[in-house]
Amino acid sequence: MKNFDINQREIEQVQVLDISGELDAHTASKLEDSLKTLIDKKKNKIIVNCRNLEYIASAGLGVFMAYIEDVRGMGGDIKLTNMNDKVYNVFDLLGFPTLYDILDDEEEAIEQFNNSAQ
Amino acid sequence: MTIKAATGQLAAVREFIAKRAEEFGFNEKQISDIRLAVDEACTNIIKHAYDYDESKKVEIKTGYRNDRLWVSLSDTGEAFKPENYSKPDLRKQMKSRKRGGVGVYLIKKLMDEVEYSQEADVNVIRMYKNRS
Repeated sequence: MKNFDINQREIEQVQVLDISGELDAHTASKLEDSLKTLIDKKKNKIIVNCRNLEYIASAGLGVFMAYIEDVRGMGGDIKLTNMNDKVYNVFDLLGFPTLYDILDDEEEAIEQFNNSAQ
Repeated sequence: MTIKAATGQLAAVREFIAKRAEEFGFNEKQISDIRLAVDEACTNIIKHAYDYDESKKVEIKTGYRNDRLWVSLSDTGEAFKPENYSKPDLRKQMKSRKRGGVGVYLIKKLMDEVEYSQEADVNVIRMYKNRS
């Protein structure tokens, strides 16, 4: 059975969460804990790199919905990157691309964060 | 298959339904759609019908007829009332930091037909996906 994992990195003051595996109602709490921890530490530039994310259900999407306003309220953002087509399709079905920054590459997201800081 | 109403069972449910859909000759995109729809239906039962009571059971049945797959999920919990359901407004939900309520919407989008029924104490959601 596949699991879900999160690895955290920091690049130029941007927090990057590499998420992998399957994000469903069972594993969503792991992502929630990670985001909460970052928000508690007032980290407001967050990238969630979905390169190794194989599956997402609405419980996973719900985590992003629950925290995006907090992060934007602190002047930052949660940017999502490197999704495969299958995962992107689920975000797209729910209209996420008009509300969230979904980018092809992590580098693009870091660039955007750096530009907005100037 | 019958599972206990626990989110830890979802991965096994997805594996089960994906295998069946593959056996019935669905393509990869269709299998993804079916897998997600069944996950969402099962999640809703665990959360809403049973309120995470792991002593409860969900029964999942599937079959294939006339180029069409059907999947049914049965529970004995709180009944879902589709008439009380409205399409989620994502922007509004974001602002109020709410989540959820999108599973039913996704199921409708992913499957060709969805029916809800109740007999005695049993609630059934039955969904269909056409192969072509």
